[in-house]
Amino acid sequence: MAKPDYVLFDRDTTSIIFGNQQAAVQRMLHFGYLAGRDKPSVAAVVNPSGGRKGLMKVFYGRDEILLPMYNKLSTAVKNHPDADVVINFASFRSAYKVSVEALNYPTIKTVVIIAEGIPERQTRELIALRKKLGKWIIGPATVGGFVAGGFKVGNAGGALSNLLMSKLYRRGSVGFVSKSGGMLNEMANMISLNSDGVYEGIAIGGDKYPGSTLLEHLQRYEANPDIKMMVVLGEVGGDDEYEIVDALKDGRIKKPVIAWVTGTCAKVFPSEVQFGHAGAMARGETETADAKNAALRDAGAYVPGSYDDLDELIREVYEDLKANGIIAEKEEEAPREVPVDYDPGTMRKSSNIISTISDDRGDELMYAGIPISDVIREGYSVGDVISLLWFKKRLPKYVTEFLELALRITADHGPCVSGAHNAIVTSMAGKDLTASVAAGVLTIGPRFGGAIDDSAKYFKDALDRGLTPRQFVDEMKAKNINIPGIGHRIKSVHNPDMRVNLLEEWAFANLPKHKLLDFALEVERITTAKKNNLIFNVDGCVGILFVDILHSTGIYTEDEVDEIINIGTLNGIFVLGRTIGMIGHYLDQKRLHSRLYRHPWDDVLYMLPSETEALEYAETKKKR
Amino acid sequence: MAQRGIREYDAKNILAKHMKKLSKGTVKYRGKVALVTPDTSIAAVAKKKHWVKTNKLTVKPDQLFGKRGKHGLLLVNVTYDEAKDWLDEKMNSIVEVGKVKGKLTHFLVQPYVELDKEYYLAFTGYQDGDYIHFSSEGGVDIETNWDKVTTINVPIEAKIEDIDLTPILDSVSIEDKKGLKDLVTALYLFYRRQQFGFLEFNPFTYRDGEFFPIDTVARLDDTAQYLCHEKWGDIEFPAPFGRELRPEEQYIDDLDEKSGSSLKLTVLNPHGRVWTMVAGGGASVIYADTVVDLGFGDELATYGEYSGNPTTEETYDYAKTLLDLMTREKVEGGKVLLIGGGIANFTDVALTFDGIIMALENYADKIKEHDIKIYIRRGGPNYEAGLAKIHEAGQRLGLDMEVHGPDMHMTKVVSIALKNLDGGN
Repeated sequence: MAKPDYVLFDRDTTSIIFGNQQAAVQRMLHFGYLAGRDKPSVAAVVNPSGGRKGLMKVFYGRDEILLPMYNKLSTAVKNHPDADVVINFASFRSAYKVSVEALNYPTIKTVVIIAEGIPERQTRELIALRKKLGKWIIGPATVGGFVAGGFKVGNAGGALSNLLMSKLYRRGSVGFVSKSGGMLNEMANMISLNSDGVYEGIAIGGDKYPGSTLLEHLQRYEANPDIKMMVVLGEVGGDDEYEIVDALKDGRIKKPVIAWVTGTCAKVFPSEVQFGHAGAMARGETETADAKNAALRDAGAYVPGSYDDLDELIREVYEDLKANGIIAEKEEEAPREVPVDYDPGTMRKSSNIISTISDDRGDELMYAGIPISDVIREGYSVGDVISLLWFKKRLPKYVTEFLELALRITADHGPCVSGAHNAIVTSMAGKDLTASVAAGVLTIGPRFGGAIDDSAKYFKDALDRGLTPRQFVDEMKAKNINIPGIGHRIKSVHNPDMRVNLLEEWAFANLPKHKLLDFALEVERITTAKKNNLIFNVDGCVGILFVDILHSTGIYTEDEVDEIINIGTLNGIFVLGRTIGMIGHYLDQKRLHSRLYRHPWDDVLYMLPSETEALEYAETKKKR
Repeated sequence: MAQRGIREYDAKNILAKHMKKLSKGTVKYRGKVALVTPDTSIAAVAKKKHWVKTNKLTVKPDQLFGKRGKHGLLLVNVTYDEAKDWLDEKMNSIVEVGKVKGKLTHFLVQPYVELDKEYYLAFTGYQDGDYIHFSSEGGVDIETNWDKVTTINVPIEAKIEDIDLTPILDSVSIEDKKGLKDLVTALYLFYRRQQFGFLEFNPFTYRDGEFFPIDTVARLDDTAQYLCHEKWGDIEFPAPFGRELRPEEQYIDDLDEKSGSSLKLTVLNPHGRVWTMVAGGGASVIYADTVVDLGFGDELATYGEYSGNPTTEETYDYAKTLLDLMTREKVEGGKVLLIGGGIANFTDVALTFDGIIMALENYADKIKEHDIKIYIRRGGPNYEAGLAKIHEAGQRLGLDMEVHGPDMHMTKVVSIALKNLDGGN
């Protein structure tokens, strides 16, 4: 359902936060919860610095929830097409670029720019762009704004105590707009003390060229039937307020407007003093606060004699509208309760560890949401359990079958390989099971077992980049890197590795698609033509099939597949499988009562330097 | 952080660096300008720039104020020796320009140019584009001759090459049309690419492909510094005439520069009795307004703000600087200090108040000695804790202090304070 044009934010609005702004996000969620929103107002966070990707942990009411965090705005926008607001916390250096990008996404309607100090020409270009695209910018140099009982931008509205005090958790009848962001809360409070409260409050920011003007927001309020009166706080400098004067005169604005232009003090200042806001500088008589206040008063706005009387004027206008039946008496709503200690200012320490795979707190142990009783009674296999604890979902049968197949095939490879050898030596030294198996496991890495990881990475990368098998082989040769997953010390074309054959057989029989395997076999055809033993080995086969399997499920995006590989999941298969063998070797040695192992001399080549060589530099030093 | 005036000398120097490229070689600008200061005499300048001795000269102050002829501060068509004598007399002298008194410290020296034609050209910005204002009848009386000025609009995304400039060049003689079109185009590009907020040449003349700007007024958008520092070179943003920064203002300025928060201080009247320390750019203006609106404009000692969640340390430094200024001169009937602010969005009131309390502790004796009453009003994150702490500190230190929260109208403390000041008289 399309929202009316005058609505920028409501209780269904969700946003993307650009910048790692946990406190601001938290405040938005508190507000939304207080206001009784159905879902959090933040859909995702973009952390451009690249460091932390993944999840942001925040409170929503009493619960701790996780928000997705991306490195790129494009990914966030793609994955969250319902979010139509970008809150841009980028610095003044990059705010322009980020805003241009955000405005150009069709799903984004409003961009709020927080940064102060964006060059004026860049802002003017942004304004031209947003006008061309029919979109909205709020800011730069603002905290944003809020729709009471609906949505708030970042830090606008302040602490939880203020949200409650100013009753921002429920709608009033007053639309408010100011230049100053700092005055947003103050005005919300004043309005709530003197009327039925704020409907919407926007701070357009203190720059000379705001992305949207005071008048544009007043026009939205004029069009919104739930807003009955408007309050505007202008500022010395510029001529924005004259647009309001014109709109009052020509009837584009009919609802009562209470206005005050700040900066009346400028007239007593000896020479030009730049106020805190870039736009606050009168260049000529008409830009003074006094001239603007007079013009607004003439045009029919309610203008007090001083800011000091603004509150009473608001009350008068409100009471008048109520007496005339334009504003109806509303029943006071109670806010949803948020524990007070959830206020970010005084918030209790958030937890240090997140677990998303298992939970032991309830009646029953849970594996990724499945109670242990189901796991047992419904006959989950070991592969199923791995899939729950490693991938947080029960994956299709061919996946779990493959996991088990891989475990069986990698379980052991004789006593001479590094892992088994270390486990055996440690066991012979009289150490216990944990130490012996750990000694073996610690050898698993880039040279031993690591080809699984690397072959998946290199082959996938080659295929992703659209290389032909020939180009891939040539490229690796040019870089002088042995292709991981290719080559065997003993086995060759004529003496094939049975394990590889078994895996291939299984793949052809069970996998709907196996693009990477096909690619790898092409590569093997090229490499074996050069040398007999450059065959596709078992590490490579496990790694590559795993990629094909992840693709076959259709569950994972390319980025997610890359992540699964990059965080070392494939190594996990090898570590888990081979542990079976290493425990076996440990037990074997214990049963045999093996004694301490000592490597024989004749198997070591001793090559020490001569005495002269060893002392060469020590002697030189002495001579000096 | 806004448009700020630069010296005519700097504006012309930047232009000289870029004119050839901007005009694709069609316009020449020699950039013959020199700056004489208390540290750089005209004799020293002449050693590097020989034209200073050989040409007839124009000399005038270069300190961001105009109408120099009307103030008797313009010397034209003089020899080096005449210029030197005049500079010796004027340098470091105090003059009054409009309402402002200030010291003359910077003078622009340029070759005297005989004017057969006085053109006017200015560039200004508005939200959706830029305006080019042009007149064949420029000079000191441009404001009274404003009806002769024609204006053309260049939309923000337009290319200047696509804009028809003929309407503004209507009054120009046929032989100069092409040349002036190239000149206006080049100067527009200069204005745009160097991120000027305002640029005016009044008057200037143009002869045989050469540009002679007589008077130039320029404001740069200083937020573009990160984009343009190479193009601009080593320029300064001088304080407005008569507003040389005091050491305390300079100190706060430096503090502001290093901080992610905003710290501003302007001393308006060191003898004033109403001192403000207000949080927030919007609220600080409103507090000053209210003081003025209530008739205490001449007593207002400072304008300033601290905002954007400054640290305890920064707030302490700010408060200390203010209290130091405030306790230098005793005044009959005492003074008031308004520690004001709206309801903060994210500034932690308790943490900033910790800094203010530290400063109050340092200055407690002096505050009492100078008979200073303190009025506080603030809201925002952690305001209860902040207000309670400062209230406790006030009692502990024996200070005359009133503390209010957001339940009181923001500027109400101003009227209470001023009433008490009145009563003290």
